[in-house]
Amino acid sequence: MSELLLEVKNLSVHYPVKQGFLKADKIFKAVDDISFTIKKGQTVGLVGESGSGKTTTGRALVKLAPITKGQILYAGEAITNLSLKRFLPYRRKIQMIFQDPYASLNPRMTVQEIIAEPLKVHFPHMKRKDRVERVSELLDKVGLSPKWRSRYPHQFSGGQRQRINIARALACEPEFIICDEPVSALDVSVQAQIVNLLQDLQEAHELTYLFIAHDLAVVEHISDFVLVMTEGKIVEQAEAEAIYKHAEHPYTQKLLSAVPVF
Amino acid sequence: MTTAQDPLLQINKLSITFRNRFGETSAVRDLDLNLGENETVAIIGESGSGKSVTALSLTGLLPAKPACEVSGEILYKGENLLEASEKRLRKLRGEAIAYIFQEPSTSLNPVFTVGYQIKEAIRAHLPKETNVHERAIRALDEVGIREPEARLKAYPFEMSGGMQQRVMIAMALACEPRILIADEPTTALDVTIQKQIIDLLKDIKQRRQMAIMMITHNFGIVSGFADRVIVMYRGEVVETGPTEEVLSKPQHPYTQALIACIPRLGAKKRRLTTINAEMIKQ
Ligand SMILES: Nc1ncnc2c1ncn2[C@@H]1O[C@H](COP(=O)(O)OP(=O)(O)OP(=O)(O)O)[C@@H](O)[C@H]1O
Ligand SMILES: Nc1ncnc2c1ncn2[C@@H]1O[C@H](COP(=O)(O)OP(=O)(O)OP(=O)(O)O)[C@@H](O)[C@H]1O
Ligand SMILES: [Mg+2]
Ligand SMILES: [Mg+2]
Repeated sequence: MSELLLEVKNLSVHYPVKQGFLKADKIFKAVDDISFTIKKGQTVGLVGESGSGKTTTGRALVKLAPITKGQILYAGEAITNLSLKRFLPYRRKIQMIFQDPYASLNPRMTVQEIIAEPLKVHFPHMKRKDRVERVSELLDKVGLSPKWRSRYPHQFSGGQRQRINIARALACEPEFIICDEPVSALDVSVQAQIVNLLQDLQEAHELTYLFIAHDLAVVEHISDFVLVMTEGKIVEQAEAEAIYKHAEHPYTQKLLSAVPVF
Repeated sequence: MTTAQDPLLQINKLSITFRNRFGETSAVRDLDLNLGENETVAIIGESGSGKSVTALSLTGLLPAKPACEVSGEILYKGENLLEASEKRLRKLRGEAIAYIFQEPSTSLNPVFTVGYQIKEAIRAHLPKETNVHERAIRALDEVGIREPEARLKAYPFEMSGGMQQRVMIAMALACEPRILIADEPTTALDVTIQKQIIDLLKDIKQRRQMAIMMITHNFGIVSGFADRVIVMYRGEVVETGPTEEVLSKPQHPYTQALIACIPRLGAKKRRLTTINAEMIKQ
C-alpha cells in the first residue's frame, strides 16, 4: 500500500460576479465542495466538461486560485494557509504545466532563461555551467534541440512551446506535477513520446501526477484513477478501468459516447 | 461541391525561411495546396512541420523581411496575395479569410471584455447588422457557452481555456468568411463540445459557402469532417489525398508511422508507440 501524497477535503473556489453599481455581487462556484486523494506514485486523471473547474482545481493546489473553503494536505501537512515564505519549498515540489503555453511563457526571455529560472530560485548554488547543461538535458528529453536555447517563445510552434513548458516543470525534480492539457497541442507521435517520458520519470522517481486532459484514450492509458467533473463538482471517481467499462454517471456516459471513432 | 479547375485558393511552391543572428530555419519548402469553394481540407503532421506558419503566410501575418522570407505564389481567386498591399490584406483578413488561432491568449485582448471584442468584430465586418448585442449573444450561444448574455461581461482571464477557444470561434464565424482557417480549434474542448463545434461548422457550410482549412492533430475530427487531407513532415507535404484513402491506405512512411501512434480507448498498451527518424527514411 502506498501512502497518500495529496488529500483534498471539501475544496471550494468561488468567484464574485459583478452585478453592477449598488447591487450585491452574486457568487459563481467554479469549484464546489470537491474531495479526492492521490497516492504517492500514482496518476489521477481529471476529465470533464469545458469550464467545469479542472484548471481551477489544479491552480488552487499551487495557490494560484483563491480557496474559499476546504483543506489541502500534502504529505500530511496542511498547506492551505501557509504564508508564501513557508509555501516556497512546496513551489519546488509541486509543479504545474499550464494549459495555454504562450500565456505562461515570458515573451522577453529566451528558452535558456525560462527553463533556468526555477533552477536559480530553488538551487541558488548551482554553477552556471551546470545550469546550462541541465537545460540542454531537459530540452533533449522533450524532443527539442538544445541548439534552440537562445530563441524566444514566439519563434517556436505551438507544440514546441508546450514542450518548453514541460521542460520547465521538470527542471527542479518535482515530486508532484499538475499537468493541465500537457499533450493536447502535440501530434500523436510527440504526444506518445511525452507520455512515455512522464511514465519513465514516474517509475524512476516515484513521481505523482494530476493529469487533466480531454483525450480520453490518453487519460485511460496513463491514469490509475479517474475523476470526472461537471459544473464545479466531481460526479464520478473510480479506478480507470472501471470508469471506462461501466460509467455510472450520465455525464460520463455522454462523454464516452462522444469520442470520435476512427 | 468542389471545382477542381478553379480553386478558391491555390498555393504554388510556397517556401518560408526564418533568419536570425544564429542562422536560417527553413520552415516550409515548395508547398503546393489547393482549396476549392466549400471544401474542407485538413492539414496534419509533425509538431513544428510548418502548418501554422503556412496558415499565417496566406494573409501576410508572418514577420517582415529580412526576419522572414516567403516565396512562391498564393492565389486567392487569381490574385497573388504575396504581392498584395498591407491595406488589401487587412481588408481580406476581415472580409474573406478568418482565423481561429492555435492559442487563445495570442488573439484575445486581456483588457477588454469578450462581449466588447465580439461586438467590435461584428461591427467591423458586418456594418449592416442592426442588432449587434443580439447577434453577439447568438454567436456565443452557437458555440455552446451557457448563459451567453452574462458571459459577454467576462474578461478572457475569467473564462476557462475551452471557453476562450469558443469565443475565438464565435468571433471568426460572426464575420461570415469565405475561407475559415482553423488552427487546432478544438484542442481545449471536451469531446461533447468538440462534436458540437464540428456540427456547427458543417451546418454553416451548408447554409453559406465557406471553405475550411483545418489544422489538427485529432484524427477523429479529420475522418469525420475533412474532404481531403494534407500530411506535412519537416516543412514538406509528404502525402495528400481524399481523407478516406489517406487514413485507410497511407502511402508515405511518415503517415503510416503517425497513424500507428494514435492512442485508442481500451488498447491496454504498456507504452505508447512513437516514431523515430529511421522509420521515415525512404
Ligand atoms: N478568475 C476568474 N474569475 C471569474 N471566473 C473564473 C475565473 N477563473 C475561472 N473562472 C470560471 O470558473 C469556471 C471553471 O473554469 P476552469 O478554467 O477551471 O475550467 P476547466 O474545467 O479548466 O475548463 P477547460 O476544459 O475549458 O479548460 C469557468 O466557468 C470560468 O469562467
Ligand atoms: N518567428 C520564428 N522565427 C524562427 N523560427 C520560427 C518562427 N516561427 C516558427 N518558427 C519555426 O518554424 C517551424 C514551423 O513552425 P509552425 O508553427 O508552422 O509549426 P506547426 O506545424 O504549426 O507545429 P505545431 O503542431 O507544434 O503547432 C518550427 O520549427 C518553428 O520553430
Ligand atoms: Mg482548463
Ligand atoms: Mg501550429
